[in-house]
Amino acid sequence: MNYEELIKQTALADERIVVMTAENRALIRNLPAVLGPRFIDTGITEQTLIGAAAGLALRGRVPVVHALATFLTLRAFEFIRTDVGIGKLPVKLSGFVPGFLSDGNGPTHQAIEDVSLMRGIPGMTVFAPADEADMVAMLPAIWASPQPAYLRVNTRPGTYEHAPFEIGKAEIVAEGTDITIITYGMLFEQTLVARELLQAQGKSVGLINLRSLKPIDEAALLDVVRRGSLIVTVEDHFITGGLYSILAEILLRHQLTARVLPLALEERWYRPGCLSAVLEYEGFTGHHIARRITEHLGESAQAIAEGPAVLENEFAE
Amino acid sequence: MASENKQPKTNDQKRKTKPFMTSENQQKLEKMALKVREHIVRLSTDGGCFTGASLSCADLLVYLYSELLNVRPDNLQDPNRDYLFLSKGHDVPALYGTFVELGFIDKARLDQHLSTDDHIYWHPNRNVPGVEFHSGSLGHLPSVALGVAMDCKMRGQDNKIIVITGDGELNEGTVWESLLVASAHKINNLTLVVDRNHFQANVATEDLIPLEPMAPKFEAFGCEVRRIDGHDFAQLEDAFAALPFSDSKPSVIICDTVRGRGLPSIEARADRWFCNFSADEIEELLKELHSQVATTLTSETLTVR
Repeated sequence: MNYEELIKQTALADERIVVMTAENRALIRNLPAVLGPRFIDTGITEQTLIGAAAGLALRGRVPVVHALATFLTLRAFEFIRTDVGIGKLPVKLSGFVPGFLSDGNGPTHQAIEDVSLMRGIPGMTVFAPADEADMVAMLPAIWASPQPAYLRVNTRPGTYEHAPFEIGKAEIVAEGTDITIITYGMLFEQTLVARELLQAQGKSVGLINLRSLKPIDEAALLDVVRRGSLIVTVEDHFITGGLYSILAEILLRHQLTARVLPLALEERWYRPGCLSAVLEYEGFTGHHIARRITEHLGESAQAIAEGPAVLENEFAE
Repeated sequence: MASENKQPKTNDQKRKTKPFMTSENQQKLEKMALKVREHIVRLSTDGGCFTGASLSCADLLVYLYSELLNVRPDNLQDPNRDYLFLSKGHDVPALYGTFVELGFIDKARLDQHLSTDDHIYWHPNRNVPGVEFHSGSLGHLPSVALGVAMDCKMRGQDNKIIVITGDGELNEGTVWESLLVASAHKINNLTLVVDRNHFQANVATEDLIPLEPMAPKFEAFGCEVRRIDGHDFAQLEDAFAALPFSDSKPSVIICDTVRGRGLPSIEARADRWFCNFSADEIEELLKELHSQVATTLTSETLTVR
């Protein structure tokens, strides 16, 4: 089952589903013939796309809306906030090539403030699957919910077998006493590698795939904090407003503190290139993540092994 | 230029055979519009409201809700109803005044203007029955109305979807973007109405971002256009009864209006968009509505945006 197959089955079973796009058809290219008038391409018009989606939702439809994550969350931000947000309408946003997945496009296409923007809208829910299987496991609940939702689309193949999904629940992959890595989206695969490399160095390493960023699994995060390990937040997002901020907000709300190492993008856009080159340059391969954590602990990272090669991205746009 | 020819209509045959407006009917509408203007004037104190922009739109709203739209207090949930979207949300006093006169809301609610006990504030919201969608941020409702029109078309309905914009609002690119998309998708059940009162917030439109010639712009975006006097009920009837203007294009009706219409003391003035008058001035202005003799205003003009 892939994304397109899932949306096709869902739409054929539920007349309310309308598939919309601002001319980004990579994921849904076969749907016009299947859905007829329930496939609406508005052209390169993210704002009109969202306004029209709000109108369709007013009529009882559940629009699943596709555009590149940057243009969706930035160009159309005020339409999402004002028409979908204030209207509390069940518009489902699928943001394509978020974070590092827009690898070679350059900073115009880098959605690395999308989590921050979307979670700031009252009522909006925010999700980031670890891979395509995770995404397909998550989407039925997200589309069935009456709330608006933003999804970081991730069609990368994964190796990890995911647990069933529940909105607001994180997936606890492993618990650890020395280090706990918390991540979301496409960097999950690299954190899996980092965990193995650190375990090989004798560390006890926990790993959490958050899946749902809003609502956030506060209980799972507080549990990690109380266990007292080093917490490492790993995200392809600006450090402001993403996971590191979410964790800080939770800690402060509970009058707690913790040892936290944030791995995120600080005050600059990332260097464009092939995905493997981007992760290498920016220090987000499994190998680099393991080294950065080890060095943060004041230990030598010399012995950290190389990880497997990074699988290149399937889509350029 | 705007087409003067009536297009052959494909549906709504009842409208086609409806006689032109009788003088009796016209008098009824004029009377109601005067009452709506009284509501607008009464809202223009204790915090004030967008008086000038509301007065230009009053005749249009009175006509639409009284004569054209299949929208009544008892069918607001009917999916087959006609839809009116007020994209220039700051003229909401004209909308609420019309709602009071037609029994959508109690007059007492207008006394709650700017009270946090109610939802009567400077822009429309769905806590007021009859408001289809909130507005205030310009350039939004053409696309929201487009979505509604797309769904009505998908379901084979023949209801009307009307969206009213200001003329200053046409500065917003999203108005044009949504028309481009509407004409590409042949959404002919959508009608965009421009309240062409010739002013944006603080400046005459033609002195800031000139909009003329307006009709050819809409025509170039794939719309069928008519231009009328937006204070003349017979012309309103003539134009709206001819909807849809085309089998395949969105319709546009440009209503030439006067900002502040009905109050000679503030008519066509750039500095009387948002007004907050004293209680005494309100009394004088209510008299002015009836006498059409300009009163002397002493309250300061406001530049609120």
